[in-house]
Amino acid sequence: MKNNWWKGLAVILLLYTAAAGFLMPVPRLAILNETIRNLYFHVPMWFGMTFILIASVYYSIRYLRNPTPQLDILSHEAAKTGILMGIVGLATGSIWAKYTWGAWWTNDPKLNGAAIAMLIYGAYLVLRSSFTDEQQRARISAIYNIFAFATAMPLFYILPRLTDSLHPGAGGNPAFAKYDLDDNMRLVFYPAVIGWTLLAFWLAQVASRIATLKLKVYEKQLV
Amino acid sequence: MLKDFRLEWRQRAALNGMLLYVGSTVFVCFLSFSLKGGTPPAPAWNALFWIILLFSAVNAVAKGFLQESRGRMLYYYTLVPPQAVILAKIAYNAVLLLGLAMVGLGLYLVVLGNPVQDPTLFVGNVALGALGFASTLTLVSGIAAKATNSNTLMVVLGFPLMIPMLLLLIKVSKNALDGLEFEASQSSLLTLVALNLIVGAVSYLLFPFLWRS
Repeated sequence: MKNNWWKGLAVILLLYTAAAGFLMPVPRLAILNETIRNLYFHVPMWFGMTFILIASVYYSIRYLRNPTPQLDILSHEAAKTGILMGIVGLATGSIWAKYTWGAWWTNDPKLNGAAIAMLIYGAYLVLRSSFTDEQQRARISAIYNIFAFATAMPLFYILPRLTDSLHPGAGGNPAFAKYDLDDNMRLVFYPAVIGWTLLAFWLAQVASRIATLKLKVYEKQLV
Repeated sequence: MLKDFRLEWRQRAALNGMLLYVGSTVFVCFLSFSLKGGTPPAPAWNALFWIILLFSAVNAVAKGFLQESRGRMLYYYTLVPPQAVILAKIAYNAVLLLGLAMVGLGLYLVVLGNPVQDPTLFVGNVALGALGFASTLTLVSGIAAKATNSNTLMVVLGFPLMIPMLLLLIKVSKNALDGLEFEASQSSLLTLVALNLIVGAVSYLLFPFLWRS
């Protein structure tokens, strides 16, 4: 129980996010209106994705230093969770875009960047499936994972800042200064970010436990 | 390292093939546009040029590792440290792509007209692009060479990784086409240089691990 306090925290924070996110007062802004509540669900996805992908790269680096199947499973499952968060982020963003900008998909640098990042990580999964030898698969996908992270992150955090975007915080501004987050919204937004990030780590942990068990069962069958 | 570079240079069988590849692609573009009469508008000109460069870069670099036999890799392994190999490969690919890009650009200008208003910026941008493509694709081709279906994998892995670079390149070359002053493209150019450095450094660090298998 001592080591699992963060799971309880995740549950509490997410319940709080769901309740407070829909019930607390929000500022009345033109066009956005009530859709601003999506901020508590759409934006934390990207935070969660970034953190879980950093974890994935961390395990990949550790795998290269000290190759064990466990580290490979951890980095693979973390990357898969990152992809899941990214897809949910795209979906919530798409719904938001429909009701504020009037289209499911627009030619916005952040949208394109996110889509390309999903392609990069899709390629990671394809790469993994094209090896038969397990050790080689683990090593080479770890290498690609690190490489992909180094080229994909500029897509999220540098390129959109250089061009005009429909998103707030584009064109040289830091992301939050322009967003008139009032104090009420902050009270929900920061817990939401932490809650979703913890949930991502929880998902990755459960998924890698399942993968480890499958590996053990498989090894037993071989004997 | 120089010696390694020379080793690469000696087996430049692919070079003539690549030159023909670029030449015929440009010519096909010219023929398709001449049906409508005259040169394409500047944005189309720009997009087409980068698409040609992208595909010829992927094809040219893919040859580097895929054609390498296992025995020769082992031979290199006994001679030099892996860092020298990756640096030499990147340098060779950069020179190769630079040459291809310049020849392609020359042909392209001849047959499809020259709307570029700031030639120095444009050529500098193309050079940066060749360097960036070389450093990204060299490691990707090394990775793809290890897998079973390497040719498909090369494209699947390489294209998304090159898009950030490509977006910046197209933006700067659009600026050069329109003859905007240098300040307009300065930040993009800086980011491009930084991106090249990151990719180069990461390949340098990761290649020794890739090579061991």
